[in-house]
Amino acid sequence: MAYFLELLISGALTGLMYSLVALGFVLIYKSAGVPNLAQGALVMTAGYAVWLVMAWGLHVWIAIPLAAAIMFGFGLVVERLLLRRMVGQPVIMVVMLTLGLEILLRGMVPGILGSTPKPIDLGIDFAPIIIGDVFINRTSLYGGIIALALVGASLLFFRTRTGTKLRAVSDDHVSSWAVGISVERAIGISWGLAGIAAVVAGALWGSSQGVDWTLSALLFPAVAVVILGGVDSVPGVLVGGILVGVLGTVIPGYLDSFAGGSTRDVVTSLIILLTIMVRPFGIFGREDIERI
Amino acid sequence: MFYRLSGTYHTSYQADRKLWKIPTDRWLVIGLLVLALLAPLYVSPLYLGSYVLPWVIWSAAALSLTLLMGLAGQLHFGFAAVMAIGAYASIHLVRAGVPFELALLLSGLISAVIGAIFGGAALRVKGLYLVMATLAMQYLVDWVVVNVPAISGGAHATLRTPAVSFLFFPIESLSARYWLALGWAVLLTVFFMNVKRTSFGRALVAIRDKDFAAAVIGVDPFRTKLMAFFTSSFMGGVTGAILAFCFYRAVTPEQFGFNVSIQLVAMVLVGGLGSVIGSWLGAGFVLLAPIFLTNLVSGLAASGWVPVSQNFLSHLPLMIYGAMIIGFLLLEPLGLAKIYDNIRKYFLVWPFRHARS
Repeated sequence: MAYFLELLISGALTGLMYSLVALGFVLIYKSAGVPNLAQGALVMTAGYAVWLVMAWGLHVWIAIPLAAAIMFGFGLVVERLLLRRMVGQPVIMVVMLTLGLEILLRGMVPGILGSTPKPIDLGIDFAPIIIGDVFINRTSLYGGIIALALVGASLLFFRTRTGTKLRAVSDDHVSSWAVGISVERAIGISWGLAGIAAVVAGALWGSSQGVDWTLSALLFPAVAVVILGGVDSVPGVLVGGILVGVLGTVIPGYLDSFAGGSTRDVVTSLIILLTIMVRPFGIFGREDIERI
Repeated sequence: MFYRLSGTYHTSYQADRKLWKIPTDRWLVIGLLVLALLAPLYVSPLYLGSYVLPWVIWSAAALSLTLLMGLAGQLHFGFAAVMAIGAYASIHLVRAGVPFELALLLSGLISAVIGAIFGGAALRVKGLYLVMATLAMQYLVDWVVVNVPAISGGAHATLRTPAVSFLFFPIESLSARYWLALGWAVLLTVFFMNVKRTSFGRALVAIRDKDFAAAVIGVDPFRTKLMAFFTSSFMGGVTGAILAFCFYRAVTPEQFGFNVSIQLVAMVLVGGLGSVIGSWLGAGFVLLAPIFLTNLVSGLAASGWVPVSQNFLSHLPLMIYGAMIIGFLLLEPLGLAKIYDNIRKYFLVWPFRHARS
């Protein structure tokens, strides 16, 4: 029972950390309608940015806002140079473009900054918190709390003036233009915000497993999270994240020993497949998916 | 200049429907075919084995995928998994004593059935969701191959392909393997050029352009899409078997990973969706351009022209590959086939540019 509880808690916390990655995906999809398969690579780049800024000798609390500013700018640049020219192109072109960006970043960032894992010290104690028989990883705990806070902040953000503009843009580009909202700027801002979300995810994941190219592999669980929660739903990120995290930890916790390992990928794949077959728009997504 | 239209008169519908209406096109293709057939005679074994042979096989794979993505408009991000099924099925069939010719067909059928099952499951949705579903298929098949010892021969195992003969010719020497691969690629090319002119091909194109409209004029979208998945997976499965027997000769699951799927989609897109010549050019370009550019840069680095680190060099192919995908999508979304078409059209009316269509 304690084993189950431990798996459950660590799964939920890992899932919340996944939702940090997934949040960027949803922010972009919600406003621009672009499936950003480069979000994993964006998280990796953000992790490198945090490491780089900290290597200059800055304190964590200065380094993270600075990295966030860098990644906000990076998001704006990506939108301006790449995605703006893809408006109106079929989805395969956009998907492939973001994948191309993913591959480019995965080659360029470790190629220039070095491919050995970089440590990020956030000042979090590595000793686990022990409650009864249950061990809780501090990084995951703080990560989970920060994820909750960040998703809450995004929900609040969508109620501000800028956030209302973003929601309008996500509803309909042409009508937004008609009422004088700059669609381009709104989409640019959403990319910038995804960059900021990537910084938080990159810093937390980087501190727990080191910064190297493997951070970009977080894309796959993040995709499962957004598919399950609904690609255009911010609260769906939390619920989807917790579900993916719990299922992806509890099931391998019992099956890995005799199924030969890495059952987590299978669980994640099955979550994607079943969601698409049963309820393609996810738990909280809007039900306007074209079907045959 | 080369592609003279003058003197070429089509006086019957039969003649107008020919594959090559301009004699130059036909002679060009025949010339290329002869060159390709004689390649083992004038290409050194090193280049034949490490550049030409993979190019031919990956062209066949790109052709299989472009039937699905280019003609039928269905995205597939797990095509390497389909090829993996073909490769492993063929090896196990041959080991069980099935003749190689039959094993190729059977492995294609097995891939086709599994691919169509996944396709059928994914067909309720399209666009992004189809991408995600096929991505999940890639991971599932990967996991099954790795974790079922009966398929992969145990964890981290390499499965050697047994010695086989095709129609009484032993597929052992490099040239024999090359000719078999070339034969399959040519067969697929001929099939692809002709499938566009059949009712099946036209149904696929109708589905791609607008499935509602296709359903209205009597094309069953579900059945047609399923047939597209089936046909494409069959071709992909046999190509996987050819890849295993003619090129790798020792198969590991990593050779059919997610990155390979992305590479295939990149080949199809860089070449140009739904184009025969695009598949050949795209496969060659995606496969060879990063190698040549990396060799160029490392050559320059060795001679001290550009100061780059070893780490940078080892990541260079990935960078070039990513930049290539982005560059093509931004600058020439129709791919190399369109570039070829532009050149061809230029020469079609040369020197009378104003007559260009």
